Parts: sequence; C-alpha cells; structure tokens
Amino acid sequence: MSTPSTQHEPAVRLVKRDTIPTWKAWGIRLLAVVLALLLSGLFIFAVTKLNPVAVYQGMIQGAFGSKRNTWVTIRDAMMLLCVGVGLAPAFKMRFWNIGAEGQILVGGILTAGLMIHLGYTLPTPALLCVMALASIAAGAVWGLIPAIFKARWGTNETLFTLMMNYVAIQLTSYCVALWENPAGSNTVGIINMQTRAGWFPKILGQDYMLNVILVMILTVGMFLYLKYTKQGYEIAVVGESANTARYAGIKLSRVYIRTMAISGAICGLAGFISVAGAGHTISVDTAGGRGFTAIIVAWLAKFNTFVMILIAFLLAFLEKGAIEIASRFNLNNDASDIISGIILFCIIGSEFFINYKLVFHRRKEAADK
Amino acid sequence: MKKLFALLLSLAMVFAMAACGDTASNNEGGGNSNAGNADTGGEEGGDTAGIAAGDLQIGLICIHDENSGYDLAHIDGLRAACSELGIDESQITMRINIPETEECYDAAIQLADAGCDIIFSDSYGHQSYMALAAQDYPEVTFVACTGDQAGVAGIPNLKNIFPYTYESRYVSGVVAGVKLKEMMDNGEVTDPHIGYVGAYPYAEVVCGYTAFLLGIQSQVPEAYMDVQYTNSWYDLTAEGEAANALMARGCVIIGQHADSTGAPSAVQAARDAGSNVYSVGYNIDMLSVAPEAALTSAQNNWSVLYKATLQHMLDGTEIPADYAVGHSEGAVMISELGESCAEGTQEAVDAAWAGIDDGSLKVFDTSKFTVDGAAVDSYTINTSIIDFTTGNTIYEGQEYEAIVDGAFQESVFRAAPYFDIRIDGITELNPS
Repeated sequence: MSTPSTQHEPAVRLVKRDTIPTWKAWGIRLLAVVLALLLSGLFIFAVTKLNPVAVYQGMIQGAFGSKRNTWVTIRDAMMLLCVGVGLAPAFKMRFWNIGAEGQILVGGILTAGLMIHLGYTLPTPALLCVMALASIAAGAVWGLIPAIFKARWGTNETLFTLMMNYVAIQLTSYCVALWENPAGSNTVGIINMQTRAGWFPKILGQDYMLNVILVMILTVGMFLYLKYTKQGYEIAVVGESANTARYAGIKLSRVYIRTMAISGAICGLAGFISVAGAGHTISVDTAGGRGFTAIIVAWLAKFNTFVMILIAFLLAFLEKGAIEIASRFNLNNDASDIISGIILFCIIGSEFFINYKLVFHRRKEAADK
Repeated sequence: MKKLFALLLSLAMVFAMAACGDTASNNEGGGNSNAGNADTGGEEGGDTAGIAAGDLQIGLICIHDENSGYDLAHIDGLRAACSELGIDESQITMRINIPETEECYDAAIQLADAGCDIIFSDSYGHQSYMALAAQDYPEVTFVACTGDQAGVAGIPNLKNIFPYTYESRYVSGVVAGVKLKEMMDNGEVTDPHIGYVGAYPYAEVVCGYTAFLLGIQSQVPEAYMDVQYTNSWYDLTAEGEAANALMARGCVIIGQHADSTGAPSAVQAARDAGSNVYSVGYNIDMLSVAPEAALTSAQNNWSVLYKATLQHMLDGTEIPADYAVGHSEGAVMISELGESCAEGTQEAVDAAWAGIDDGSLKVFDTSKFTVDGAAVDSYTINTSIIDFTTGNTIYEGQEYEAIVDGAFQESVFRAAPYFDIRIDGITELNPS
C-alpha cells in the first residue's frame, strides 16, 4: 500500500545502522583503503604520469624497505601511539583534550633540561628514571590545570587545552634560547652527543627498542584500565552522559581531574620518549603536530588501544612513504601530502558508511513488492 | 655487554670480508682497517680504487627547496659538478625541506641505506646529525657543507667544505663603496651609513659583514654599519622588516647574509616610494625582485667544491677533512652588476679580484681595521667545539695564532669561518 507515498521520496536516504557485524565494518574499511589507492593512483597518473604501482612500491620501501627504515617507521608509530593512548581516556569521557601538543612539550622540556644539567653527574639509568618521573609530573600538571578549571568553574576545556599549547610552545622557545648551542643558533643541537648520557640505551642492538617496550606497556595497561577497572567504567559512563553519571553518584569533578592527570602524564611521558629516545634535542617542533594527529588515532580506534597500534602504523607508514616517493620521483612534499590526504579522507569517510547505510529508492520499492 | 661486543666483532668481520672479497676470506675478525686497499668505499685507509663515475651514488640534504637562493645554489652546484664529471643526474638523490633536527639524521641514514656512497648536507645545523650518521655508516662519506667540526671530531668519514665567501662579500662591498662614493660626491648622501641583515651572530656571518664593510671602506673610509639579526637563515618577512628598520635608521645601502629576497624587495619598495637606497644581495641575482635597487650579489659557486670532493671519490683518494677555496679557483663570484651601479664599478671590481687572486690584497689586512681604536696584532683562535650551556668541551681542537703577515688568516686552519672579531664601525643592533 506504500506505492503512492514513494513517488516523492528522495532517490537516496540515509539510515542510521543499529549494529553492524565486525566483519562487515572491516570490509567497509578495506574497501575504503582500496578506493583510496585507486583515487590517489588516478591523481598520481594525472599529475605526474608515473606508474601508480611503482609509486606505491616506493612508499612501501620508504617505510619498510630496510631495517633502518622499518625502525624509523616503528619509532614514529610508537610516538603517535603513545600520545593516542594518552588521549584515549580523556576523549572517552568526552573531555576534548586538544592540549596533547603542550603536554608533550612540557615533558620534553624537563627531560632536555635534566639531560643537559645532570648529564655529567648522574649515571644514565638513574637519569632516565629522574627524567621520566619529571616529564610525567609536568605533563600531569599541564593536563590538570584545564581539568580543575572545568571541574570548578565549568570552563570550556577545548579552548583551555588548546591555549595551554601556546603557553607550552612559548616556554619551549624560551628554553631553546636558554640552552641554544652554538650560541645564537636558536637550536639546542644534539644533547650530550659525546657521552650519550640520558639517551635510551640500545636493547638487543636496537636504538628504539626501549621506546617500543615502554609504549607497549602503556598500550596494554590502558586497555586493561579502560575495560576492567571501576575508574575505567566511570570514564565510560561520564562519556555516555554526564547526567547519568551524576545520577549514578559518580563525582564528575573527581573523574575529570583524575582522568586528565593520567592523560597529561602519558603525553608528558611521550615528550620524554621523544627527547631521550629519539631526537635527543628539544625544539618547538618536538611534538611536531602529533598531539593533533593522535586524536585521529584515538578516535578511529574508538579508544581500543590495540586497534590504535594499527592506525598509528598506518599513519606513520603514510608519512614515511610520502617522504620516500617525494625524493624518489622528484615530486615535492606537497604532492605526497595530497596522496596522504586522499587516503586519510577515504578511511575517515568510511566510518560514515559504518554508522549509516544508504537506502536507494528503487531497491526499497523492489523490497516492498 | 658481551653480546654487544660479539655483535661488533661479527659486524667488523662482515665488513672485512665484504671489503676483501674472495682473496681474503680467511681474514681475522676485527681487521677492518687493513681492508682499506681493496675497499671501494674510500675510508681513512687513504688511497683506494675509487668508484666509477657511472656507479657513484650521491645524496644531497637541503634545508629548504629551490625557492631559497642558498639551496638553489647547492642544487645547481651539485648538478653542474656531476655533469662535468660525467655523473648522470639520476645518480643524485635529493631530500629537500629537511630541518636541522633528527629528520636530518633519518634522511642521512636512509640515503646511506639506499646505497649512497657520499652524502652532502647544505646547512650548518645539519652537521651534528651528519656526524651521528657518519658513526653509524663508516664506509659512507658524509660532507656537512659550511660545518666546522670535521677537523676535530675524529670521525674519519665526516668532511666539511666551505668557499671563501668573505672574498665575494668584500668585492660586493667594493661595488657598494663605489656607489656610496658617487652618492656622496653628488651630495645625495652626507652620512655614509650602511645596514646589514644578518642571519645569526655566528662567526660565518660576522666574517661576512666585516669583509663587506672593509670592501666599502676601501672606497669610502669613513663608512660605518649597523647589523640587524633575524635569527633565521630564511625568513622573507623578518628579512624585509630588518631592512625596513635599518632604512628607518638612515642606512642607504643594505647588505645581507640571509637566504631570501626579503631585504632587496623591501629596499626596492622603499626606492619606489622615493627613498634613495640600494641593496646588495646574497646567493642569487636580485635584479628580478629589485631591478633598480640591486647593485650586485655575493655568490658562491658550490660546483667547484662539489666537483673537487667528488673527484676524490672517483680517484679513490682521501678527501681532506676541511676544504676551502676562493676566487682563484672560481669558488666565489659576484652576480651581474645592476644598472644602478656607479661608473667605474667594473674597473674597481676587476682590480679587487686581481689583488685577491695574486695575494696583494688581503681582505682582513690588520692595517685596515681597529678594535677599540687599536690595531689587532695578535688573535688566538681555538678550533675546539664547546657546549655553550655547560661549558664542556665536545671536541678538543687546537689553538692557532690567526694574525700572520699582517692579516687575519680566514678559513685556513679550518674551512668554516672563525673571524669573530667585532671591529670598530660596526654596531650589532640585537646581539644575542
């Protein structure tokens, strides 16, 4: 009996999906990746007349082509993952922590400062512990400030955490000027290049093994924390609905403050890993936008830290691959950024099709008959 | 520790075996250094077989891209050197826009991994990352252009090259001086006030602007100069603003040691608005952005240094840790004279070049400058590399007496400039 009404129905309608089987969700994501590769292949061919397959091979070689390249990719993926793990609890309770960038930087500043001034007095293992603790504390403080303001006075945490980034960036500039080497260079240079004091030691012959170990511990720990602890459950409830949480007797202010301390602390530790475990220097680029990129990591993974590993690797792969093809095919960095953009756009866009389905007018008609 | 040692030993063994080929497969582990003769890598072992021009793989790390005159000079220089040596352009792998951070280290090791035999970096701040990579890849040669540590770092495969840029700055100063003299003779200018946009308060910059002023003073002895630092090698806006600030102070000619066209553009704009000002550029011909304001630019011809370095690779001869040459080898020059240049400029330039080439003209002649009113007859320079924050010595260098035969010996004890004397007549407006 529905025939008269369908005449004015739009050709395509969007319907929110209730649930979707996991295999189907991953199928859609896989399709998105294939589509992204086709689209950027078209772009590559249209602009450069290069064989897209060769370009993709270049990307893979850039990211995983040699042991070194692989480890650099792993290092960058671990950094991104570490920040993503730090952001997960905050975003899960719908506390928009845009301030990871600043939290990384303050952790990095303290690490670099201690490395410079205690590098000749403390043995490296002790120095590493001191630096780790200091960076955790610094990050936690940087996360706590907006949380306390939100809990007490209901300030907007998005703006607050964002502004805290700029404070941290200015602090970093100040410290860079303080520690610059050589004088007037506006850079700190490699800290303790001769003695390597305060650098992550090699484990199993690998420079970045300790980064992996630390971040993996955090990843597993955060997964357990969010899934199996009472505090993790509170975070989930607050995230679903603040009113429900209040009704259930959860003290919102306490959850905000506690969770942001944890979130900031992990981001601060990411600053420590970045300075002591990778760059051995400090600059305003130490965070390098990871505080923002990691938001994509956390969201795409729906705060499941194990899925984050995959996403972090995908993003690190895209970045390394893009750099490789830029130099191999004499494309400039902008061309490879476009390719990364296309791929990210498709993958993020696929989430839409996981949450909604398209209902076509004709199909529905046919189904009705 | 034992494991690490075992790993090192086995690595050394692998190197030795690979280097010696089938003739010495029973070589003992750890005998890396005696494998030098059969090695094609050109280690500290001195003269080796060399690499055929068709096989040499070259890496170049640039801090900016072709839009920066400084980087363009490197890119063009390397390409020109390669084409002269019969090396195909496809054998060059370039990494552009690499900041002076761990990205430089990543880029360097990735180039080494990709099979590059020699890797160049074009910016001073790349040097320490190149040094790290050099320690990881002892069989690859790392050349940090404009660097100052290769001579003292004790890393045999780390090298520095640097042209005698101060010569071209002196001669560009002569061009400015002839113009200034004409302006004063015409009565257009009464105050011989010069401005200079400098990047950083490094010796490299100090040496350059001092040479520039000495060039001007060779024509107008009473000329004096203000220096404004931008604290960046390449910042279009900051360089333009610095030039504007200097012109506001009354400077009539603006020189620069910074890599963008910011200053000449600002000077041209001021000229168009009615100010009687001129500009002397750096790296590239500035006539395209400042057709009336630009007099000339001091230029480096990097291809001469690249060619000499690559020639060592082809011949299998040892590359010197420090390599610096000047106008007599064609490594520095000035760009085409602008239409605004005064009459007689070309003659003054030719005379200056001739004097520099035959040694009769010394740029840092101690009779031509004073410090606190007195001539400098002794100046000790130390090539040690010091950590400025803690005061610790990073690399132990040597002390040298820089004043020999009545002139400061620049770029002789090491390639990178070390002239950091602040002479009378120069005021730094924003010293560090």
